[in-house]
Amino acid sequence: MSTEARADFFPAADWEGGALPYRVGHRKLGMWLFIVSDSLTFSALLIGYSYLRASNVWPTPFPFYPSIVFASVMTFCLLSSSLTMVFGVSASSKGDKAKARKWILATIFFGAAFVVLHLIEWNHLIHQGMRPFYLPESWVQAFTTTDGIPPSPLFGATFFTITGLHMFHVATGVIYLAVVAARVKKLKHEDVEISGLYWHFVDLVWMFVFPLIYIMSVDMHGHLAGVAGH
Amino acid sequence: MNAHAEEHFAGSNKLFISIWVWLVVLTLIEIFLAYRPMSTAIMLTILLGLSIIKAALIVAYFMHLKFERLSLILTLVPMLVVCICLLFVFFPDSFRSAGLRYQFKQPPPVAPPPVEEF
Repeated sequence: MSTEARADFFPAADWEGGALPYRVGHRKLGMWLFIVSDSLTFSALLIGYSYLRASNVWPTPFPFYPSIVFASVMTFCLLSSSLTMVFGVSASSKGDKAKARKWILATIFFGAAFVVLHLIEWNHLIHQGMRPFYLPESWVQAFTTTDGIPPSPLFGATFFTITGLHMFHVATGVIYLAVVAARVKKLKHEDVEISGLYWHFVDLVWMFVFPLIYIMSVDMHGHLAGVAGH
Repeated sequence: MNAHAEEHFAGSNKLFISIWVWLVVLTLIEIFLAYRPMSTAIMLTILLGLSIIKAALIVAYFMHLKFERLSLILTLVPMLVVCICLLFVFFPDSFRSAGLRYQFKQPPPVAPPPVEEF
């Protein structure tokens, strides 16, 4: 079949854009492609974590307070920041740049709150003796199996790598949004929308990090309750 | 391009607030589940199911993909799903190495005494 015949055969509706086949600009398409590739980075890290977890004795040391309470409040902050970002993009689409800036500043506030809370939570764990390649002595005692196999010290490596890379993304997003908020009157609506895409992606990643890293590591049976130092 | 994108941003604030409420409720369910006694496999399945629902809500409404062209959705989503599924190829090795690593938790067997040859 010749190409002309094919062009006749397929209705134009699927590809009518010509220069804009996806009906989005090249910058927005670029951000989408970046988001897809960054999703794969996080997928690879989370699957690496699952690999290690499935092939080792794995500690589940997180107490309700501070770890789960902090992580839940952080989740709430990120979800709320996504909502304020949507409002900002929505205001921007109506041409109301001043309102868009206010909503983006609210997003920055929630994002910064997330980073601060996360650093406090990290500080708790570091203070207890958790390091990338060591567990606190009390955790080793509590989670060594009856066969005498100690828990994997890689718990810290996976935790700090995954939450650290995510926190880096949030911090980068806060800087990005600050630039967008400062220049919002000069920027096109599409640019504000693209910054929103990045911000929602950061939220999206946390939707997987929170259950897999925090919820799956809850000290449900109170292993650490009886150990000295807790 | 500018006007083009503007006419495109669909969805009311009411819709976005209801999505946010759903996301918060699903998160609270996850936290509740954390303290229910159940096997790791069932817990993991439920948590991942909830996470995928939350991710879909964020991508569809907050990231606006539901209102984009089908060609964009078909370009981005299937290849991501396929690539993530391909990463699962590592898990059989993970389960295998769990068995290998601990097979000498008993002292390793000692070599039999040499047979004297004449």
